[in-house]
Amino acid sequence: MGAPRVLPRLDSDNRFFWTSGADNKLRLMRCQECATFIHPPRPVCRKCLAENVAPEVVAGTGTVDTFTVNHQEWRPGLEVPYVIARVTLDGAPGVYLTTNIVGCGVDEVQIGDRVRVKFEQHGEVYLPVFEKVD
Amino acid sequence: MSAGEAYITGVGQSEIGVKLTRHPLLLTVDAVREALNEAGLTIGQIDAVSTYPGRAAMMPGFSPVGADELIDALGIRATWHAGGMEISSQLGAVVAAAMAVRTGQARHVICFRTVYEAAALARPAEYPPLRRETAEGYSQWLTPFNAISAANWTAQYAMRHVKRYGLTREQLAQIALTDRAHAALNPRALVRKPLTLDEYLSARMISTPLCLYDCDRFTDASTVLIVSAGEALDEVTCAPVRIAAMAGTVERHSWDQAEWMACYPTGADLWKRTDYKPADVDTAQLYDGFSFQALAWLEALGFCEVGDGGRFIEGGQRIALDGELPLNTFGGQIGAGRLHGFGFAHEAVVQLRGKGGARQIPGAPRIAVCASGGGPLATALLLARD
Repeated sequence: MGAPRVLPRLDSDNRFFWTSGADNKLRLMRCQECATFIHPPRPVCRKCLAENVAPEVVAGTGTVDTFTVNHQEWRPGLEVPYVIARVTLDGAPGVYLTTNIVGCGVDEVQIGDRVRVKFEQHGEVYLPVFEKVD
Repeated sequence: MSAGEAYITGVGQSEIGVKLTRHPLLLTVDAVREALNEAGLTIGQIDAVSTYPGRAAMMPGFSPVGADELIDALGIRATWHAGGMEISSQLGAVVAAAMAVRTGQARHVICFRTVYEAAALARPAEYPPLRRETAEGYSQWLTPFNAISAANWTAQYAMRHVKRYGLTREQLAQIALTDRAHAALNPRALVRKPLTLDEYLSARMISTPLCLYDCDRFTDASTVLIVSAGEALDEVTCAPVRIAAMAGTVERHSWDQAEWMACYPTGADLWKRTDYKPADVDTAQLYDGFSFQALAWLEALGFCEVGDGGRFIEGGQRIALDGELPLNTFGGQIGAGRLHGFGFAHEAVVQLRGKGGARQIPGAPRIAVCASGGGPLATALLLARD
């Protein structure tokens, strides 16, 4: 995409998530008491209210839950079309990531496609985008 | 007329346009005057104000007038007021007002929604556009992936219907076609020209499966609803419309972490709070900032099964003015303009009073449902002409 991406502003809650790709691993916040994944990451479990939460590595593979092909140039220089998808993650029930599916044509993505994370580095931020796996 | 109930009495609306030059406070006053006239009330009888989302300092076109400002500008002595975005959705401001009159906080509440997005975009020196260098809050989970617009987020819900339930473009088109047909009969509507299926099918895509005509667009207008206490109806000259039930349920306040749109639990909860059934509803006025949201509301409110929305509206006859469930008879946001939620309640009251003119539905409608919000935002109101 031509126009630079707008990156997340890092803070103490989200820094681990957005920098996680530095070692090519995807991490999610998880409750250490009841094992619930907490996304967006917060310092308390949304199921049992425990504060004993910590980032954990997850598989980095998943499935396309839904998607759309964006054709609108929302800001100058934005290269279209591109695929926006909502992905479920293996081993992390209840968590969705909104992402891009890259490395294939925009008409090649379907609901149910198996995908794998690929990190796109922008300074200290590693955006988790996904590619189809055959 | 019962004490302890909340009613919508006067309703009013300014002109609806794009790039209007009339001051947004004066557009609001236009709508206030019309609502007061209809109700037979004077401004001195107004004792409360409720709005959504309140003055938005960062996005002045999105909400250029706040409750505080209207109270001060019109010399209202307010015993209660509210304006905020962290509420079920736009019509949440009406829910709040209804609770205020039912608990004795106020007798007559001006509820308003003023939008000035087209004018603000056209006059950037006066209304500087918001520029964010970084994404924060919930937008950090969407914007970095150029999932920038609610069109993108809503399109993903719509795509699930396409793939899971076989929703076709011809079916979805019926929302926009119906809106535009109805807007042609509404003298105030932003777009008065009907839309053909061929035009729809050849329109450019915005975010699949949503095309240009599935989206509302920036509009300048103000809409006012006066919510009155049952105890105060003897002061009112128009036929009051009772708020028979209200709902605004959120399961996860997130555009991407929620399994499904908030309209579904909200629709189910609405019917738990009334003895009326979907079959009693004479007309539905359902949020259509994007066409798919209205289709989802039809399912959520139990007019058809989940997944059957496309087949329910197929051909458009069922949701036409003379159909079994006339939908968005003022043109919805796609036809009448992006009034942002309040237009649906306004039109429900107009229809229940038989004041729709060329767009009035036949018979004497008694029950209307109106709804605002998409994604994680949802409010539904059931209105009754007793």
